[in-house]
Amino acid sequence: MSNGPQQLPASAGPPEPHIRMVNLHKRFGSLVVLDGVSLNVAERESMVVIGPSGTGKSVLLKLIVGLLQPDSGEVYFHGQRIDHLPDRELEPVRIRFGVLFQMGALFDSMTVGENIAFPLREHTKYKPSEIRDIVAQKLRMVGLENTEQKMPAELSGGMKKRVALARAIAMDPEVVLYDEPTTGLDPIRADVINELILKLNEELHVTSIVVTHDMTSAFKVGDRLVMLSGGKVIAEGTPEQIRCCAHEEVKRFVEGKATPEELQAIRLHQVREIAGEAMFSDL
Amino acid sequence: MKSIARLGAKGLYWLESLGDYGRFVLSIVGWIVRGPGKLARQQTLLQMFEIGVLSIPVVMITGAFIGAVLAIEAHPQFRAIGMESRIGSVINVSVVKQIGPVLTAIMLAGRVGGALTAELGTMRVTEQIDALRAMASDPIRILAMPRFAACILMMPALTAASDALGMFGGWFMSVQMLGVDSHAYWEYSRAALDVFTINNGFLKSLFFGAAIASIACYKGFNCGPGAKGVGKACTEAFVSSFVAILVMNFFLAMLLNAIYQIIWPNAGSIFG
Repeated sequence: MSNGPQQLPASAGPPEPHIRMVNLHKRFGSLVVLDGVSLNVAERESMVVIGPSGTGKSVLLKLIVGLLQPDSGEVYFHGQRIDHLPDRELEPVRIRFGVLFQMGALFDSMTVGENIAFPLREHTKYKPSEIRDIVAQKLRMVGLENTEQKMPAELSGGMKKRVALARAIAMDPEVVLYDEPTTGLDPIRADVINELILKLNEELHVTSIVVTHDMTSAFKVGDRLVMLSGGKVIAEGTPEQIRCCAHEEVKRFVEGKATPEELQAIRLHQVREIAGEAMFSDL
Repeated sequence: MKSIARLGAKGLYWLESLGDYGRFVLSIVGWIVRGPGKLARQQTLLQMFEIGVLSIPVVMITGAFIGAVLAIEAHPQFRAIGMESRIGSVINVSVVKQIGPVLTAIMLAGRVGGALTAELGTMRVTEQIDALRAMASDPIRILAMPRFAACILMMPALTAASDALGMFGGWFMSVQMLGVDSHAYWEYSRAALDVFTINNGFLKSLFFGAAIASIACYKGFNCGPGAKGVGKACTEAFVSSFVAILVMNFFLAMLLNAIYQIIWPNAGSIFG
């Protein structure tokens, strides 16, 4: 089995890429995180990026929205190159993105309502009453009516994610980036988030990029799945194509199976621990 | 060879950090000049309360006790040379020029500087600062600028409170407890305290306020990951602020004394 990129038949989709990433490289010190990643995301497409922890999935999202800059490579949004833009010039682009952070990243000194209203107060000229209406509408969309006055600390993990999602869509973005939307949630809450992502795609017609290692979520919300490993794209295709993919690493990831080497390392550790205990008991 | 390379690398890192800090401060000042917007102005008022109003009690208490201690320490020396009536001038000049602004700054660096770094550091670790940037809002404008402006605006007021209680503490100990003549105490104090001397302390407090807030915010914005990173940033912020206050105080004292000498070359001393 080859370890190189597995080219699967391209799925049908709109021809114009909404977001284009070309040969992205990123390293932190000596750690290479992305090693030549090129991807296209079509308008209104839901692309899911999967891969083991530490393979640069979240870094990829941060490169798209300019929170990090690539060491080399290019990012295009609607054909405009954006990776080299300074923060002030990126602001008009960022307004068109909504980002759901892994831990929600709600401002803990603000109420739920203030959190969702924040981008509206910053970037629109809506009256306070109009902002209140929009906040209520977004909260209704995520199923959290009448929670405007609650503080983030009073919410459960799943509720925080839903509020963060309401904030991410407050400005009616064209693109929503989801960083591990179901991580840390029980299967029921995770399914609520998955349904929400599908609902938003359907109702708001947004382009979605979802980073996850939750395969249930990936298969449910993705039109197309991309697998990253070792900083490279190793597989790309529809959920069905990824499910049936013969690439060894992809198969193991989808099935959630560790390699014999990984298991051997644990067993060796256990043996050493038992041996150590035996030695101490003899003393 | 290795140690020289390490030293060089460390030097480069310090220079880089200094440049980065300079850019950070310029960015804050840039937002003040350009106008930070309604939300940042509201935040500034909130921070003025948090940083300024809530610090008044601690600053006043420390000021009063320092004034009183100065009187206790200075009184035997002045009595030995028969000039105890002039003790007020020494206490009040020391309080207004040096102890008031420096002590207030150090109290603020401890009470507020650490809290600012911890708050902003936690926001960084929990991606709240990234969230601001992702929502096309500059975190320097929303978070750092209000804290910086509030610190600068409130420092002179806090210094005034510390000065007032320091003077009261010195008077109470000298006059009420040690028997110095009240009229002479205030007469010599008035003669020694001119407008320049009083403003000297207030001017320094502006610089101290700017240093405390900018260092605290910078350290918070650039803290390492996890609770350890936030803790380390808080310690660094306090130590850096403390050193900055004392170093700035030395240079400002030299500069302001030189200016005083130029404007009033024949000015008398507190002993006449």
